Amino acid sequence: MTDTTGKTEAMTPLWEVFIRPRNGLHHRHVGSLHAADSDMALQAARDVYTRRGEGNSIWVVRSSEIAASDPSFAEPMFEPADDKIYRHPTFYDIPDEVGHM
Amino acid sequence: MYSQGLIGADSSTTESEEFLAAFQSRIDREEKIEPNDPMPEGYRRTLVRQIGQHAHSEIVGMLPEGNWIARAPTLRRKMALLAKVQDEGGHGLYLYSAAETLGVSREQMTEELLAGKAKYSSIFNYPTLTWADIGAIGWLVDGAAIMNQIPLCRCSFGPYARAMIRVCKEESFHQRQGYEIMMELAKGSEEQKEMAQDALNRWWWPSLMMFGPHDSDSQHGDQSMAWKIKRFSNDQLREKFINATVPQAKFIGLSVPDPDLQWNAEKQGYDHGEIDWSEFKAVVSGEGQMNRDRIRDRNKAHDDGAWVREAALAHAQKRANKQHIPQEAAE
Ligand SMILES: [Fe+2]
Ligand SMILES: [Fe+2]
Repeated sequence: MTDTTGKTEAMTPLWEVFIRPRNGLHHRHVGSLHAADSDMALQAARDVYTRRGEGNSIWVVRSSEIAASDPSFAEPMFEPADDKIYRHPTFYDIPDEVGHM
Repeated sequence: MYSQGLIGADSSTTESEEFLAAFQSRIDREEKIEPNDPMPEGYRRTLVRQIGQHAHSEIVGMLPEGNWIARAPTLRRKMALLAKVQDEGGHGLYLYSAAETLGVSREQMTEELLAGKAKYSSIFNYPTLTWADIGAIGWLVDGAAIMNQIPLCRCSFGPYARAMIRVCKEESFHQRQGYEIMMELAKGSEEQKEMAQDALNRWWWPSLMMFGPHDSDSQHGDQSMAWKIKRFSNDQLREKFINATVPQAKFIGLSVPDPDLQWNAEKQGYDHGEIDWSEFKAVVSGEGQMNRDRIRDRNKAHDDGAWVREAALAHAQKRANKQHIPQEAAE
């Protein structure tokens, strides 16, 4: 995919990078980068995001493969959780004499 | 860095008063703005411009230092400089990614840089003539960058703030390696000391210019402050930098090339001499010593790498056609 001047015009795909700092922890989103394929994305992620011992495992995901919730519907999406205080332990009265529960 | 003296951003915006007030109150509550959130067009435009210029500065900033990697005086110095320049490339990448979340593509930004249409920090249009310049850049240029980047870690735009946190973590070794170079030279032979002083003489004023025009002459400072993109004014950061740096120069026996520099006990800070803004304007508008070389070198690097990008994409295409199944991530 080159234009008439012979310069590369094709877009190199965007990847999201997730790194696990060490065993026992979740992979965490750390940023993104461009790479032609998953091998090169992993290589670039190692070079860019783990130069100072930031992790021992990397995931890369094509950004276009991520489905995201719509921020303009954040209220109807997440508000129902706010008034369900009975989901929290402090909603229930247990006498002190019972001890820790 | 490098973004403090933001060059020519248009923060004008056309939304309703109500929309702007609602946005401003989110900012005032110190809520972070994330890429898909509603935001004024002027806010988006200012950020694209600022983050873009910042990213370009990191990338172009590799060139003056790259000039000395092969000529570093010892293996230790060479490893440190190589690591620093590699970091700067990474900083460019984090920043392009942050700008991309606002709907501009990296290809587009790269094209603007290569065409000479994009601005980047004026500091990188000065030549690196001696090894001491590498010391001066780390100490002064990265030092000024840190002053600017620390408050950007609290910038209202989430992706920019997060990129800055990574950058700031990496930045402090840059300044320390530069100061160490200057320190060694300053306690070396007469010639070495002269070389260090000469580098300080040449880099001092351009470093002060990195913070951008005086507040009284800066057109977009106020809106950026209100939107909490910026947290301090150009002059505030410049003074902070001077107050931190002058004692460091004294400590290694070098003198700051400003005859008007004077401690002001009342404000507990230094008063400094006039900055030559005509030089700044000339460099920004393309008349610096190295403007043409920098853009030419970036174009060469980009063109020389074209076959690599094409081959990588062709290989990826071929692999995709073979229905290669990548290793699945497993929790
Ligand atoms: Fe940097
Ligand atoms: Fe740096």
